[in-house]
Amino acid sequence: MNEMTKITTTLKDWETDQEVRWCPGCGDYAILKAVQRTMPDLGADPSKTVFISGIGCSSRFPYYMETYGFHTIHGRAPAVATGVKLANPELDVWIITGDGDALSIGGNHTMHLLRRNLDCQVMLFNNEIYGLTKGQYSPTSRQGTQSPSTPYGSVDRPASPCAFALGAGARFVARGIDVHKGLPDVLKGAHAHKGASFIEIFQNCIVYNKDVFEEFAAKKTAADTQLHLVDGEPMLFGKGSKGITLNRKTLQLEVVDVVDGDWEAAGVIVHDVTNRSVAHMLVEMQFGDFPMALGVLYNDPRPTFEAAVVAQNEAAAAGKKPDLQALLSKGQTWTVAEGGPEL
Amino acid sequence: MATALKQEESNSPNPDGTENVVVRFAGDSGDGMQLTGGQFTLSTALAGSDLATFPDFPAEIRAPQGTLFGVSAFQINFGSRAIETAGDQPDVLIAMNPAALKTNVEALRPGGLIIADSGEFGKRNLDKAKYENNPLEDGSLAKWKLLKLDISALTLEAVKPFGLGNKEALRCKNMWTLGLALWMFERDRQPIVDWLKSKFAKLPDVAEANIAALNAGHAYGETAELSGDGLGSGHLTSRTVGAAPSAPGLYRTVTGAEALSLGLVAGAQLADLPMFFGGYPITPASAILHHLSRLKEFGVTTFQAEDEIAAIAAAIGASYAGKLGITSSSGPGIALKGEAMGLAIMTELPLVIVNSQRGGPSTGLPTKTEQSDLYQAVYGRNGDAPMPVIAARSPSDAFECAIEAVRIAVQYMTPVMLLTDGYIANAAEPWKIPDVSGLESFPTSFLETMPEDGLKPYARDEKLARPWIKPGTPELMHRIGGIEKGIDTGHIDYGAANHQKMTEIRRDKVLGVADSIPDQDVAMGKAGGKLAVVGWGSTFGPIHQAVRRAVAAGKDVSHIHIRNIWPMPKNLGDLLKSYDRVIVPEMNMGQLKTVLRDQYLVNARPVNKVSGQPFTIAEIETAIEENLS
Repeated sequence: MNEMTKITTTLKDWETDQEVRWCPGCGDYAILKAVQRTMPDLGADPSKTVFISGIGCSSRFPYYMETYGFHTIHGRAPAVATGVKLANPELDVWIITGDGDALSIGGNHTMHLLRRNLDCQVMLFNNEIYGLTKGQYSPTSRQGTQSPSTPYGSVDRPASPCAFALGAGARFVARGIDVHKGLPDVLKGAHAHKGASFIEIFQNCIVYNKDVFEEFAAKKTAADTQLHLVDGEPMLFGKGSKGITLNRKTLQLEVVDVVDGDWEAAGVIVHDVTNRSVAHMLVEMQFGDFPMALGVLYNDPRPTFEAAVVAQNEAAAAGKKPDLQALLSKGQTWTVAEGGPEL
Repeated sequence: MATALKQEESNSPNPDGTENVVVRFAGDSGDGMQLTGGQFTLSTALAGSDLATFPDFPAEIRAPQGTLFGVSAFQINFGSRAIETAGDQPDVLIAMNPAALKTNVEALRPGGLIIADSGEFGKRNLDKAKYENNPLEDGSLAKWKLLKLDISALTLEAVKPFGLGNKEALRCKNMWTLGLALWMFERDRQPIVDWLKSKFAKLPDVAEANIAALNAGHAYGETAELSGDGLGSGHLTSRTVGAAPSAPGLYRTVTGAEALSLGLVAGAQLADLPMFFGGYPITPASAILHHLSRLKEFGVTTFQAEDEIAAIAAAIGASYAGKLGITSSSGPGIALKGEAMGLAIMTELPLVIVNSQRGGPSTGLPTKTEQSDLYQAVYGRNGDAPMPVIAARSPSDAFECAIEAVRIAVQYMTPVMLLTDGYIANAAEPWKIPDVSGLESFPTSFLETMPEDGLKPYARDEKLARPWIKPGTPELMHRIGGIEKGIDTGHIDYGAANHQKMTEIRRDKVLGVADSIPDQDVAMGKAGGKLAVVGWGSTFGPIHQAVRRAVAAGKDVSHIHIRNIWPMPKNLGDLLKSYDRVIVPEMNMGQLKTVLRDQYLVNARPVNKVSGQPFTIAEIETAIEENLS
């Protein structure tokens, strides 16, 4: 997100008069609240903020934010956002999308948005299901997911949103949980990163895929199932009793026990958000053998797409006058005089 | 065309002493025929002749050498009077190999001249062209004049001093041929010399070799005639084709793709808007992206998107953010953009969609022309999704149509489809450069302050257009999207009565565009009578010429050319009904015909051609004859 004059707002300033139409108990409510609560902390200006979405339950989000909002078509929010940001780089652009919208029908656009590094925040609400169309399996559904379109279970392997994002060239990759109190901090990190910030948010679809993330999202067991990544801090979980280390023989991550808090002795890795190699391992870390990595997995900014476009446009136009008459008359011309042809 | 006093087109010489000549250059796709034709065109335009061209090339970039499907041709019709088509039949065919001869010779006027590079008529090339005997030797070309020249050997000789390799040296063949053609029609070599020097500025040897080849071809013409060795007599003579009487002014040559790009730039200036152009490479539309990407100083941002959908979606995003969003493609790409066009219709944002039509369906004929996307333009979206459609008739008309498309888009807050085709996109013609100060501006206004009665994003002005509100404007935050909107408020509203009303408003808004366009005129002939020949797009030239001949012969025929395909001019129905019979020649299987029947209950009759080639004048004349008898 770009530098802008910070302005003072309250949570109320970010709420619209529209009745929220998600199912009662949907994880989207918590995410909406987290965003509305975060915006005043960012000093954001509602009139310079644009929420752009595709199609799906999550994509109704812009209607509930008292900002500019564009509810586009299925999968195309990244493309629309690219046009918006290139037309006016001053705008603070947020893309709201889901697992089907961003990774199935719109996979191509998501890839290219991240590759180009358009300055925006991409919030992917991952509920591993198509909710709005009544419960078909999605590209992130686990193998064997039974749904109306896969009554005998899905046979294809799921996509991993953060691995996809990193592979596509994203310079900021983070994970959060809808009801988690750490979500606003992830949003702030994403907003502070200049460039495309990709955030996967585990979102509980209570109707079609209830509690699918419960194994690691449940508060009771969170200490053992969640790894909260903080830049410059050791990768510890289980109240400091366990950590993540690199096995130098296999070049793979491993869980190690930490005795008496001596994580250095255990070889626990200190999280460096700019380390792309470790980021690749973190996004591939499978829950079960490992805890679920949450927070900012990777953050290493690069120049943005729109800045490069603007700079090239300016350089190419420098010193040239936009003289339309001269443009039309370019190349070899000839004159026909009054009264007949002139050679 | 469109430059001058209109007269009849026929093969030369004409009764009034004016002349026109049709020359076709044909060779292998690696022989540089398009380039040769383009440079001959430039030289001819600079001599003041009116002209029309028809580049015709294969879809393959470098098809296997010498094959029938690898032949690339460029036809030019030029004369000392108004030219409106690229000519029915060539008078001169320049064939660089057997395949080029075989695929083009049947089009040549009986008695016309063939100039063939005999150096390329060896067994291997004859086999590839499926000739059993050498046609240059077996008498099979008797109905034409034949001039055999070993252009390959003559070129190698001419460029010898420059020490090029054999392959590189032979690449100069096209310049040798061009030199000969310039001599035949007394065209100036200097513009070509200048062009070669600038094109090969970094390779002076190559530039000099090409210039030497050009000069050698030219000198050959002079010498062959003077030598009287029997080779040239009666065949190779030079001929003057004078300048066409044209309206006074400054002229240049322009292709449809160039003129359309310039028109979009002009339109954006007249609307006082920066332009955002989203495109994806596709034949024959890419040229527009190429032209615009060099015009940054005119406030043009170009974006080569990841696909056709992203190209239009980004253009919609840019329009939403306050720029003039434009996207461009050809039929298959336009099909992909369909859903997004619906979004622009629903959110009522200005957008120009350019379709450079080509032969379809599916991949169809990528490099050949057709007019078969009219249904797609008028009807090709889900839901009741009306959208204005304009069609250009020629390269220079594409300039004006582009401005008109921008005007309608911003004044009515709607996407507009601008139709052109592969023929117009690639063809060149002289263009009287418009005086920019004479173009009418239509400055855009954005809603920038809170209205007294509150913000209504879907409030309507007298044109039924909604306000254009840029994100970033203080206080005016609102949400738009593809879901049906409540009248005025723009909030989601699935209500039955609301949808009925909103659908009617969208229809009425687009129909209202007819209030801002001129009445339909009669391009030739009179209003009312026996027969109207109704056309649209690039069929203008052949229809106009055919009707001119019929009128000159005392026949009761009129030519009506429709530019506004949707909505149509308000008087069109009455005008069509004032004729006993209406025929509609189009390069499709009868699409405008169907729309006319539907709109006006007139018995419009189809005249169809879908060969990938434009109509000839003779084909339209035949249709006129059949419908008058």
